[in-house]
Amino acid sequence: MPATTKNKKQKSTPVKSNGVPKLKFNTGWEYAPAPESTSHIKLKDRYDLFINGKFVKPSSGKYFDTINPATEEKIAELAEANAADVDKAVKAARNAYERTWKKMPASEKAKYIFRISRMMQERAREFAVIESLDGGKAIRESRDVDIPLAANHFFYYAGWADKLEYAFPGRTPKPLGVAGQIIPWNFPLLMAAWKIAPALATGNTVVLKPAETTPLTALKLAELIQESGLPDGVVNIITGFGQTGADLVNHQDVDKIAFTGSTEVGKIIQKAVAGTNKKVTLELGGKAANIIFEDAPLDQAVEGVINGIYFNQGHVCCAGSRLFVQESVYDIVLRKLKDRIETLIVGDPLDKNTDIGAINSKTQLETINKYITIGKKEGAEMYQSSCSIPGRGFFCRPTLFTNVAQSNRIAQEEIFGPVLAIQTFRTDEEVIEKANNTPYGLSAGVWTDKGSKIFNLTAKMRAGVVWANTYNKFDPTSPFGGYKESGYGREGGLHGLSAYVKI
Amino acid sequence: MGKAIEKASNLAISENGLEKGPSKKRVEVLKTYKIYIGGQFPRTESGRYYTASNSKGEQLANVCLSSRKDFRDAVVAARNAFKSWSSRAAFNRGQILYRIAEMLEGRKAQFVDELIKQDSSKARSQKEVTLCVDRLIYYAGWCDKYQQLFGTVNPVASSHFNFSVPEPMGVVAVMAPQDNSLIGLVSTIAPIIAGGNTSIILGSEAKPLCAVSFAEVLNSSDLPGGVVNILTGRPSELFPHFATHMDVNAVIYCGSDAVIAKEMQQKGAGNVKRVLIYKDTNWFSESAQSPYFVLNTQEIKTTWHPIENVGSGGSGY
Repeated sequence: MPATTKNKKQKSTPVKSNGVPKLKFNTGWEYAPAPESTSHIKLKDRYDLFINGKFVKPSSGKYFDTINPATEEKIAELAEANAADVDKAVKAARNAYERTWKKMPASEKAKYIFRISRMMQERAREFAVIESLDGGKAIRESRDVDIPLAANHFFYYAGWADKLEYAFPGRTPKPLGVAGQIIPWNFPLLMAAWKIAPALATGNTVVLKPAETTPLTALKLAELIQESGLPDGVVNIITGFGQTGADLVNHQDVDKIAFTGSTEVGKIIQKAVAGTNKKVTLELGGKAANIIFEDAPLDQAVEGVINGIYFNQGHVCCAGSRLFVQESVYDIVLRKLKDRIETLIVGDPLDKNTDIGAINSKTQLETINKYITIGKKEGAEMYQSSCSIPGRGFFCRPTLFTNVAQSNRIAQEEIFGPVLAIQTFRTDEEVIEKANNTPYGLSAGVWTDKGSKIFNLTAKMRAGVVWANTYNKFDPTSPFGGYKESGYGREGGLHGLSAYVKI
Repeated sequence: MGKAIEKASNLAISENGLEKGPSKKRVEVLKTYKIYIGGQFPRTESGRYYTASNSKGEQLANVCLSSRKDFRDAVVAARNAFKSWSSRAAFNRGQILYRIAEMLEGRKAQFVDELIKQDSSKARSQKEVTLCVDRLIYYAGWCDKYQQLFGTVNPVASSHFNFSVPEPMGVVAVMAPQDNSLIGLVSTIAPIIAGGNTSIILGSEAKPLCAVSFAEVLNSSDLPGGVVNILTGRPSELFPHFATHMDVNAVIYCGSDAVIAKEMQQKGAGNVKRVLIYKDTNWFSESAQSPYFVLNTQEIKTTWHPIENVGSGGSGY
């Protein structure tokens, strides 16, 4: 494991800006390493495909490695499912749907889903550690956000199973059948929960494909499901690359495709399912505006901006990657942001003090670095934390750009990393126009102390989730999903049920 | 114009009891069937037309053969109208939909005539027109209610006020049903605009008369220009443009041509359009109206705000 990297200040004299002595939070004291123990986790060297309640060898005979992005060391190897394996999984799901799940009383189905939630809570720490090992996210986030939310999501939807007619007034909702679900690498277990829980509660069976860089918690979930006694084939989990996902999308006996990932792949999926009866929901990319008005509580706003863009290394589809600051407070906000960035701890994901863990993969780090180069080339001004980063593994300093033009690629395209593009504005109309001037529409943030202004702004943001005086908050009862090219359909809450039923 | 109309006008004269005879014959004033964009009635910019006729081969009218450019102009008009229409009070939208129904009620005879010309029986035509009036009133009533049906306050575990409400998708382009002239058009438009969207709709190619006349009804109600734009022309020519236009948020295809449906879904992927296919819908039936038609062109927006909880913990609502 790499040592936790502290922000070592190089300068000995206090830096002044606007005549105000610069705050230095981190001089004279250092955090001792506080690594989370890995002794209690159980991992196998090799994971097969979870089909029909059993772990089975892939007919491809092929395996691939998953590595720890903080050390670049191999953790385990995973089966690569080919078309025949996908077919086997879909058949198992179909069989389970027709013979078991469809016939089971809804209240009994609910109890299985409740049980999965409770078992996940029991093993929360193990899941959290594996999530951080496999994906690179800070343990603080896996432990306090990802795993509890995942367990809660199962608990929330479990209760819906025998109450569905109340969610659709005047209609009798029916399950779709077999759901093919493809999830990304940024919130591996949480995304699995977002997909599986509502699908089961509405009476569907599932074939889930986790991302190739973060499959381990999904397979630990498979073990948990096996142990829970959920009937065989109701949930099948298969690992592989893009081709495995494509085979699942194109399988003729799948009734529903749920995908979370890039807008680019989402468009390919929409094209692929055209002309079929498959119901589709897509949760795609974003380029959210986070807007600070001059009357905002600035310290809270700065915390919100930091959380908005550096949470989970910026690997968040709803990340507040565009910051709009009202001109009158621009200088002070920028100074506070730079100060705050200096205090962020980048390093070992398993260290409990770490704020920013490892970038998920080498490919993703290259993408982020490409955008940083583009930003500089296009004339924007870059600022990075002065922190050092571990020599091994994939890391990126928290980065921000000023002097950003609306047309710059760093202001238009999703980077999916800890890179913030800052612009300024004068009037409400101007910032509404700028914030909505993007093909995406997943989320937005607004910071102001004035209540009526909050509702003017939240109503005018063309985005599915709007955080006012807060950011990056999630809850099982709260629907999440995008407008425009950020996809369609909602996950979470009552509205999340629609994705999995015929009415 | 064609023989059918000449005949009809002769008939009208005799029925009105006016003196017959070539010298006293009143020449009927024929209507030019134009398209409806941004509250105006232009001819197609292409200058093209086609002749609508009925099953007896009688020519009914020369109708605009709308072009891609007409469609694009209509999208611009719809986008411009969206901001103001979507921010109208729900109550006000309800009043305007009701006003459209009033205007249609007053012109029932005209629509019945047009439907009869387009091969419908008298009884069925009367039923279709009155059903359209009733359907407009049905959706007028929904304008300020579906939000309460489909919106939620969400009991999140943290100290936040969290609520979800439906919001209009934006600009919705519709290929109206081909097999009827009015009921399909009205049944698809009403829930779209009741929900605060603006729209472009292509009327039936074979039975285009009522689409144009309905535009005249809209124009004499209080509906702002651009909220509904009505084109006539060929679905086979225009559907790719409906699906590929980057400033259209959703497309609705009413029909059973599997090739068109598939291509619209494929081409719609360019900007992740919401593509709705209303296949085999019986627009005369009770099931062709419901608040779920309104929901079909709504997005759900969720808003979070912290709740101060000094001295206590937990969530707020």
